[in-house]
Amino acid sequence: MTTVEQAVPLTAQTRSERLIRFITRTPIHIGLIAIAVIWLVPTVGLAITSFRKPNNIASSGWWHGITQWDWTLHNYGSVIHATGMGHAWVNSVIITVPATILPLTLGALAAFGFAWVSFPFRDTLFLAIVALMIVPIQTSLVPLLKLFREWHLNTPHFGISAFAFVGIWVAHTAFGLPLAVFLLRNFFITLPKDLIEAARMDGASNLAIFRRIVVPLSVPALASFAIFQFLWVWNDLLMALVFLAGQPDKAPMTVRIPYLLSTYGQEYNLLSAAAFLLMILPLIVFFSLQRYFVQGLLAGSVKT
Amino acid sequence: MLFVLPALVVLSLFLIYPAYFTIRLAFYEGSFNFGFAHYLGVANFKELLTNDKDFLDLSTFPPGGALINNLRWVIFYISLSLIIGLGLAVVAVRVRYERAVKTAIFIPMAIAATAVGIIWLFVYSPNPDTGLLNALIRGFDSGFHPIAWLGRPNLVNYALIFAYIWASVGFVMVVLSAAIKGIPAEIMEAARVDGAGEWNIFRRIMIPMLSLPISVVTIWLFINVIKVFDIIYVMTGGGPGTSSRVIAFTMYEETFLNGRPGYGAAVAVIMLVLIAPVMVLNVRRFRSERVVA
Repeated sequence: MTTVEQAVPLTAQTRSERLIRFITRTPIHIGLIAIAVIWLVPTVGLAITSFRKPNNIASSGWWHGITQWDWTLHNYGSVIHATGMGHAWVNSVIITVPATILPLTLGALAAFGFAWVSFPFRDTLFLAIVALMIVPIQTSLVPLLKLFREWHLNTPHFGISAFAFVGIWVAHTAFGLPLAVFLLRNFFITLPKDLIEAARMDGASNLAIFRRIVVPLSVPALASFAIFQFLWVWNDLLMALVFLAGQPDKAPMTVRIPYLLSTYGQEYNLLSAAAFLLMILPLIVFFSLQRYFVQGLLAGSVKT
Repeated sequence: MLFVLPALVVLSLFLIYPAYFTIRLAFYEGSFNFGFAHYLGVANFKELLTNDKDFLDLSTFPPGGALINNLRWVIFYISLSLIIGLGLAVVAVRVRYERAVKTAIFIPMAIAATAVGIIWLFVYSPNPDTGLLNALIRGFDSGFHPIAWLGRPNLVNYALIFAYIWASVGFVMVVLSAAIKGIPAEIMEAARVDGAGEWNIFRRIMIPMLSLPISVVTIWLFINVIKVFDIIYVMTGGGPGTSSRVIAFTMYEETFLNGRPGYGAAVAVIMLVLIAPVMVLNVRRFRSERVVA
């Protein structure tokens, strides 16, 4: 904005010029605001629907809800308790947290290795990882499912039900790793060489350099990847559908909602509340960490 | 070496080995527990490309099948996302409330495709009292008969594509808008002083200078199209009939619902082949960047 604004200081000097500028720009304003509204309306409609009473939803469009003022939280109560969506929300968290931390940790370690430790075939291996970024999930679904079944990584073990999630954690880790290595290595390599050399001179081990220097200086890059991976896993449907198939009590929200749709297809009150529950966490992250959020998405654009 | 070892082990075991496994499986019929049963050679591919009307049907006009549907996605999703995103990026930069507009348009990027599906199911609802789109059209034309946007084979793909464009344009806009701000102000100013109109500045300065970010965004959109699955699974389940199936949907359906792992693997290999050029491009770009640096 600033650059363009600075580039046109010749306009807006006299009153008539200002008026002409305003008139010629009116279509721009109208068009832009119209598109912004079009882009907001479907989401707002869903949010309003989720707070309306079922008989109101069935008898009139959500836009009547703005003037009707007959709102309720009851839909959320029913969807959380009666349809198991609260449980599914917890499952989403259980899946997402390790599936974000694991690739972040392994990826940061590997990225440090690729950036600051020399070993044979380093650059070739790194290029191979760059190439792996776009392998589609579909080529891994069947063999991973077979592997997880044979190793019993997708059923509860020793009475610990979280064991059922090991398979999907591993799958998400494998799919997040190439991007993590790529992004973090490219960031680490920009850190000042003198700093790392000096630490080496002082006898610091590689691990100490990684922990004390590289990680603290790379918080923005680590945060960007973490947010990208969090969003990716939280919003993932396909992997959960395949790896947690046949275990409805383990299903995350993304799997549970289509199921809700097939059983309660016409109950918009439940569907809208469920969809809103699914959206709320990413939206909070978006509004509170907007800069990292956008950076993370931009950085992740090279991934399939 | 110890630093990269854990990552390499995970990648070899859970990414590289599975890719090899799937490519091999594509040449077999495959058993119910995903074993290599009944070697078929290229029969799976032959069946897919010449005999499976749900995957590729050239006998009708317009041609049909999942592959053709995906081609529709490639054409309309990519071009419209680019046009809308570029237009917004160019225009939004000129107004004071730029940030608010951008936020509104970027929000859908945070929403899971599953939720996008629910949101647009509401918009497309055939009930003119509750479905926004039908209600809007009826507001202009009271004699209008509500349309089941997702119930007609000839409309369903475009309805899905538009919902997905809605979810993706924010990304296109943000990337291109950042690139536009990177164009040196002196260049634009010089052109204006020389009397170039806004359209000429857009066409002769902005477009050429944006060619790299535009190609990055196009690749991103292309990858999105090839793997599109969630929104179709939620909104139509591939229907009505098989009219909104795409490649990724066929892979899921054949493998996990129809119990044909070898056939599904062949579809996965076709996806891999379609995406492979992007892999080559990525590696090349990365190499050339390093040469420059």
